[in-house]
Amino acid sequence: MTSTTEQLSATTLLRFATAGSVDDGKSTLVGRLLHDSKSVLEDQLEAVERVSADRGQNTPDLALLTDGLRAEREQGITIDVAYRYFATARRRFILADTPGHVQYTRNMVTGASTAELAVVLVDARNGVVEQTRRHAAVAALLRVPHVVLAVNKMDLVGYEETVFAAIAEEFTAYASELGVPEITAIPISALAGDNVVEPSSHMDWYGGPTVLEHLETVPVSHDLTACPARFPVQYVIRPQTAEHPDYRGYAGQIASGVLRVGEPVTVLPSGRTSVIEGIDALGESVDIAWAPQSVTVRLKDDIDISRGDLIAPTATAPATTQDVEATVCHVADQPLAVGARVLLKHTTRTVKAIVKEIPSRLTLDDLSQHPEPGRLVANDIGRVVVRTAEPLALDAYADSRRTGSFLLIDPQDGTTLAAGMAGESFASRAEAAPAAGDEGWDF
Amino acid sequence: MTATAAHPHTEPDADAPYALSHLDSLESEAVHIFREVAGEFEKPVILFSGGKDSIVMLHLALKAFAPAPVPFALLHVDTGHNFPEVIDYRDRTVAAHGLRLHVASVQEYIDAGKLKERPDGTRNPLQTVPLTEAIQQHRFDAVFGGGRRDEEKARAKERVFSLRDEFSQWDPRRQRPELWQLYNGRHAPGEHVRVFPLSNWTELDVWQYIAREGIELPEIYFAHEREVFARSGMWLTAGDWGGPKDGETVEKRLVRYRTVGDMSCTGAVDSDAATLDAVIAEIAVSRLTERGATRADDKLSEAAMEDRKREGYF
Repeated sequence: MTSTTEQLSATTLLRFATAGSVDDGKSTLVGRLLHDSKSVLEDQLEAVERVSADRGQNTPDLALLTDGLRAEREQGITIDVAYRYFATARRRFILADTPGHVQYTRNMVTGASTAELAVVLVDARNGVVEQTRRHAAVAALLRVPHVVLAVNKMDLVGYEETVFAAIAEEFTAYASELGVPEITAIPISALAGDNVVEPSSHMDWYGGPTVLEHLETVPVSHDLTACPARFPVQYVIRPQTAEHPDYRGYAGQIASGVLRVGEPVTVLPSGRTSVIEGIDALGESVDIAWAPQSVTVRLKDDIDISRGDLIAPTATAPATTQDVEATVCHVADQPLAVGARVLLKHTTRTVKAIVKEIPSRLTLDDLSQHPEPGRLVANDIGRVVVRTAEPLALDAYADSRRTGSFLLIDPQDGTTLAAGMAGESFASRAEAAPAAGDEGWDF
Repeated sequence: MTATAAHPHTEPDADAPYALSHLDSLESEAVHIFREVAGEFEKPVILFSGGKDSIVMLHLALKAFAPAPVPFALLHVDTGHNFPEVIDYRDRTVAAHGLRLHVASVQEYIDAGKLKERPDGTRNPLQTVPLTEAIQQHRFDAVFGGGRRDEEKARAKERVFSLRDEFSQWDPRRQRPELWQLYNGRHAPGEHVRVFPLSNWTELDVWQYIAREGIELPEIYFAHEREVFARSGMWLTAGDWGGPKDGETVEKRLVRYRTVGDMSCTGAVDSDAATLDAVIAEIAVSRLTERGATRADDKLSEAAMEDRKREGYF
C-alpha cells in the first residue's frame, strides 16, 4: 500500500445530520459544503447546470444536487432523508440530509438517530423561531452529542456581530436547558460561502472555526467505550465441520464499552454466568475489542445462548424488566393507542408488548405536556408505558443510545410505529404535575 | 495479540485508544447487517455479478460467519452479454468457497419470447423480470444487493433494509423510517426485503478495502489493451453482443473498467492503472462519478435509475 492509501483509510468517520426549515437555506448549505469541499464531480455539476438552464435559471441551483427523486425535482421540495458522502484529508463524512418541510419530526429523528452531530440552521433575520426550538428539542431527545447552530444569511444582516450574538445566546440557553451537551454557534452565509468551508473576510469579529473545520475536528465515539460493555447476540456460529467440530461463537456488534478475554460475564435475561474465553475479530483472535466492532465471542462454558440474548460483564450487567417507561417519537401514519398490541424490537430481540399507558404528549413548540392524550399520531412525541411478554435487558437511553433505544412495530403489517428511548428525558419532567382535575383541559 | 499492520484496529492507539478507522467502521456495520439478515430471515440470497461491489459483499459475508460457511446462496442475473473474464471469476469463486449459485438468464427469457430485445441493444433494464421471477420462484425473502448510496441520487434515498411488495416494486415515498441500527425486516409472504450492506460505502472506500484485504478482482478492472469502439462518448468492447455497428470503428486502446455490467452499456475508461495502488490514485483524483463515466443506461433520462428501481431493479 502507498502511504496515501494508509493515510486515507486511517481517517475517522463522522455521521452528522442537518436540520432547518424550508427557507433557511439548508440545501444551499449542503450544496456549498459538497461543492466547496470539491465533493461534487463534473458530471453531477453538469447535470445540475443543464437542468437549471432548462428551467431558465442563470446560476446552477445547488439544491438540485440533493433532490434525488422525480417528485422532489418536480415540486422543488425534499421528501425524504437522503445520505451524502464526502471526504477531506482529515475525515470522512456521512451526512443525513433531512427535509425541513413536511413530517419534520420523524425525518429528523431518522437522521439524528445515528448522528454524532446535528447542524441546526437559523435565518439570521428571523432568529430563534418555533422550528429552531423543535430541532433543538429533537437533537436533545435523541441525545446527539454535538449541536452546531449555523446562523445563516449573515450577509442579509450586514454581517453584524450583535445579531449573531443575540441569536447564539438565546439558542444556547434554550438548548442547554434541554440538556444538549455541546453547542457551537457559527455565523455563516451559505449563499456567499462565508465560514462554511472558507473563513469569512466579512466577519473579523468571529474567531471560531468554519463549519467544515468544526466537522473535521469534533471528537467522535469516545462515549461508546466509556460505558459498561453490552454485547447483544445476533447469531450463533457453529460450523460443525471437521476442521471446527466444537466451535461455538456468539456473533454480534459490541453496542457499548470494551470486552476483554478472561472477563466474567452474565447472559441476560437468563442470568447465567461464564467467562470470555476468546474474541474473534472477523477472522483474527484478539484480547480486547470495543464498540462498535463486530466480533464473535466464545465463552468457557457451554450454556444455552441464542439470538436476542445480551452478554455483559457480570460487574456491570443491567437489570431486566418487563415494564418499559420511555419517550417515543411516533413515526407512522396510523396512530398508537392505549391498549395496542405491538412488537418491541430492542437490540437483537423482538418481543410482544402491549401499550399500557400514554401518560403525556409533548408540544414541541413550547415543551408543554398534555396529559393522557389516549393516543399518539404521526410526529407526536410522548411518554409511554409498555408491558413486554418477556424480560428485556434495557439501559436508559441517556446511558446508551444503542441499548436504550427500541422500535414499536405493528404486528399486522410490519410498519415501524415509533422510535422509543427508554428511561427519563426532558419530556418526562412534568409527568407528575397535572392533577386529576386537569384531565382533558386542553382538548 | 496477533495484530498485524493491515488491521490497525486490534492495537489500541495511545492517542485515541478506541478509535476505529473509517474502513473498520464500515466493515463492522456491513457485517452487522449480514448477521441481522441471517438471524431474521428464512431464505436470503446474495446478488453476485462478479463486479467489485458484489465481490466485496461476499468477502464481508465470509468474514461475518467465519469459521462457518456463508449461510446464503448466490444469484447471478446473467444478461448474456458478459465479459468472459468475469464469468470465469464467478465460477472460480463459487467453487473456491463451496457456494451455491443460481443463475437467472436474460437470454433464456428472450429465447422463450418472454422478453424483447431493445432497439438500442441494452440489456441492463431487461434484468428486472428474470430477477424478480427468480426471487418469487425460489421464495427468497431477503436479497442482498451491492448498491451504494453514493452511486446515484435515487440510490441516495435508499434504505439499508428496503421492503419490496409482491411485484418487487420500490416506493420511495412509502419507505419505513430507519432508526439507529434497528433494522425492521418484517414482511408479508410474497414480499421481500432488499438489503444493502454497502449503503454507506463510497467507490473509494470499496477500492481501499479491496487493497487492505488483498481481495482478487477480475482482470478487466485493471488497465489492459482492448478492442473498443466509441458510442455515446464511451468506449465499448467490440463483440458478439452487437457492436460495432456501421460507421463505428474498432481500435485498440489501453483501458480499464470502473464498473462491471452488461457489455452493451458498460463503458471502459482510458487508463494506465495496472495495479490497485494506481487505480486508487486514479479514482482519488477523478472528476467523474463511476456511473457518469461508464454507464449508458443512467444517461437515458434524469430519473432512469429511479424508474428502474421502482419496477424492481436493484
